[in-house]
Amino acid sequence: MTGLWTLFKKEILRFWKVSFQTVAAPVITALLYLLIFSHVLESHVKVYDELSYTAFLIPGLMMMSLLQNAFANSSSSLIQAKVMGNIVFLLLTPLAYWEVFVAFLAAAIIRGLVVGCCVWLVALFWVDLPVTHPLLILAFAVLGGGFLGALGIIAGIWAEKFDQMAAFQNFIIMPLSFLSGVFYSIHSLPPFWQKVSHLNPFFYMIDGFRYGFFGRGDIDPAWSLSIVGASFLAISLLTLHLLKIGYKLRG
Amino acid sequence: MNPAIKIDQLHKSFGTFEALKGIDLTIAQGEFFALLGPNGAGKSTLINLLAGLLQPTSGRLSVMGHDVQGDYRKARMALGVVPQELVFDPFFTVREMLRFQAGYFGRGRENDAWVDEVIESLGLTDKAHTNMRRLSGGMKRRALIAQALAHKPPVLVLDEPTAGVDVELRQMLWAFIRRLNQEGMTIILTTHYLEEAETLCSRVAMLKQGRIVALDSTDNLLNRVPGKQLRLKLDPPRVPVALQEYIRSQEGGHVTLALSDPARLEFVMAQLREAGVRVEDIEMLEADLEDVFMEIVRQ
Repeated sequence: MTGLWTLFKKEILRFWKVSFQTVAAPVITALLYLLIFSHVLESHVKVYDELSYTAFLIPGLMMMSLLQNAFANSSSSLIQAKVMGNIVFLLLTPLAYWEVFVAFLAAAIIRGLVVGCCVWLVALFWVDLPVTHPLLILAFAVLGGGFLGALGIIAGIWAEKFDQMAAFQNFIIMPLSFLSGVFYSIHSLPPFWQKVSHLNPFFYMIDGFRYGFFGRGDIDPAWSLSIVGASFLAISLLTLHLLKIGYKLRG
Repeated sequence: MNPAIKIDQLHKSFGTFEALKGIDLTIAQGEFFALLGPNGAGKSTLINLLAGLLQPTSGRLSVMGHDVQGDYRKARMALGVVPQELVFDPFFTVREMLRFQAGYFGRGRENDAWVDEVIESLGLTDKAHTNMRRLSGGMKRRALIAQALAHKPPVLVLDEPTAGVDVELRQMLWAFIRRLNQEGMTIILTTHYLEEAETLCSRVAMLKQGRIVALDSTDNLLNRVPGKQLRLKLDPPRVPVALQEYIRSQEGGHVTLALSDPARLEFVMAQLREAGVRVEDIEMLEADLEDVFMEIVRQ
């Protein structure tokens, strides 16, 4: 297990050494969203009866930051190593494909959790969130981070250039996270768009995560947890398969 | 004792291009072996297959008796590879990188003494805490070699390790690699500097268009090009018809003739005298690996 542990440690150190960019920057971005949206919409939007819009927004922003950073960690590590060529140092090692998967995935989840927690800490200045179901919060955070971490590995394996990675991020990750109910309850949408939202796995991650805080959400959290869990399992199997056959890594 | 490397009927194709066309090669433990060939001969493909960076189309490879595909963990444990390009991880210092590299191979704290020894032997002590990004080209090359050695493999593959490296560093590197070889490490080297292969390696394989066209001890290969070479400066620079068949190369006023027997010298001089050509300078040269290489590549 020394090999797996070493790779995990390296992946953690990699983002920690540039934490200004990998942790502080996304926290500031989330904070800006919080300031702007809560200022503009606080008095106009009522989501659940007695809940302020700012309180509603914070778990969504936490989860969105968590997801985006889990994706960024594994994807940027792989694409950089591929473009720089130092991926060979990983490919030459006796690490098994599943060890590479576990190390990259765990580091991605940790980065997501660190950023999510920092957003929470900063947001405490505005609203003290209730924590109704802490285990549910943790489960959605880990599974959601895991899903995006695995997606990041796939993107990192697939992309050959930085602009392909940017396309993956801008055309898939950003729309899915913005249209997942971070900024609104999907009940406020027309029926057609409500249906479309149900096809977005990010919606279940954010709604379930939010349920953990307030004890209420758009849909049943057990249903959300099942969908998120199944999505995580499916994408993990796909990632493991790609790593096993050496897709785009070993010609 | 298992051979360090064993390759059987290895084929590798990229689409319709056949890069390797049936390679058979066995390298014994402790050998200092050279893999030579013109650009595109398949040297790097062969090394990448050995390292598991590529998958063979057909055939088998093993390192220290471990199949590169089926028993990849043990095969990779036994192999250290110095890649041709100057690649590096920009996030870490030399020492951090080496510790990580050793860690990937399951080596822990007990390996630190070896890592320090490698750092010192390669003259990297002053740079151990420097970020890889800040190293000069020569220092990066040393760090690459150190990385390949971090887990103390019994077989070391160096892919063009001295390309673009100054003379001083080259000699230092070879002294170090030679020491490793004397301590029992098997060394496999690809190089464009044929004199390096000639002085360092006991056995040589020459590749051409995906096939091994020569595989022999360095001495036997050198004996393949018979006799001596005669380098002459002539005035006027004109080679008589009777000597045309001996010409190996000709540039400016200099002409190099290949002689199967040193006794042919008399014949050459007689022909020149008869043709009224004056000899301004004369030099006898031994055949070197480059001649063998040119000879084989020409065929």
